[in-house]
Amino acid sequence: MKKIAKSALRIGGGALVGFINGFFGGGGGMLCVPLLEKVLKVPTKNAHATAILVILPISVASAITYIINGYADFSATLVSSLGVTAGGALGAVLLTRLKSATVGVVFAVIMIVAGVKLLF
Amino acid sequence: MKVLLLIIIGIIGGVIGGMGMGGGTLLIPLLTIFVGVEQHAAQALNLLAFIPMSGVAIAIHIKNKLVDFKQVLPIAIPAVAAGVGSSVLSKLTGARALSRWFGLFLVVLGIYQLITAIIALVGSIRKKRRELLKFPEEVASRHISASLT
Repeated sequence: MKKIAKSALRIGGGALVGFINGFFGGGGGMLCVPLLEKVLKVPTKNAHATAILVILPISVASAITYIINGYADFSATLVSSLGVTAGGALGAVLLTRLKSATVGVVFAVIMIVAGVKLLF
Repeated sequence: MKVLLLIIIGIIGGVIGGMGMGGGTLLIPLLTIFVGVEQHAAQALNLLAFIPMSGVAIAIHIKNKLVDFKQVLPIAIPAVAAGVGSSVLSKLTGARALSRWFGLFLVVLGIYQLITAIIALVGSIRKKRRELLKFPEEVASRHISASLT
């Protein structure tokens, strides 16, 4: 692919990833991984790892904006973060044991059900 | 009770996040549906909770040479600018409307995820079947030795 086209895709794709992650307070990674993997042809594992480094500065900048707007509940955040960090380690271990495609189907169904519940 | 729920929901979100499947997209609806956290507050919580977890993950990935650094800045710079803008836009959107938009986002992502997962599942079943047709004895002995260990 031409260099200019790739740069345009990085800028446009990046803006979309940032917009979603700031507006919804997350979910940017779900777009950043396919942007890196499918569009920019980065290998799967590298795409997942690189996406986290792309999302970190967006999350920091968006978190600051949310804090300024008075949306942060620090005690609830602290409690949940403990769970998230412990769960994150567990997830990394489970990833090698469970069939990730099976987990993917379960996760997708949960997302659709939760999404429909929020819509109506 | 609320503390316990927050921890359990955090663990579920963390497990999915640790498996690299977007823990935040699950953490936010779990917080709003089961704990009754307001939509904006749930989103702020997810953004903040992502920071320590991603720090650890990035350190591990850099050590394993998995990060493609030349991609980071060209994507992250426009992303940060758009992210700050949309965070302000999110403030201007009411909680109910934002929660509906989030629901729509989840349904779209869920359908995409479902299709991807089903394709992967079918692919792995086909691969196994092909192996079985080509080398039945080898596959059988591998299964037997796997069940013994």
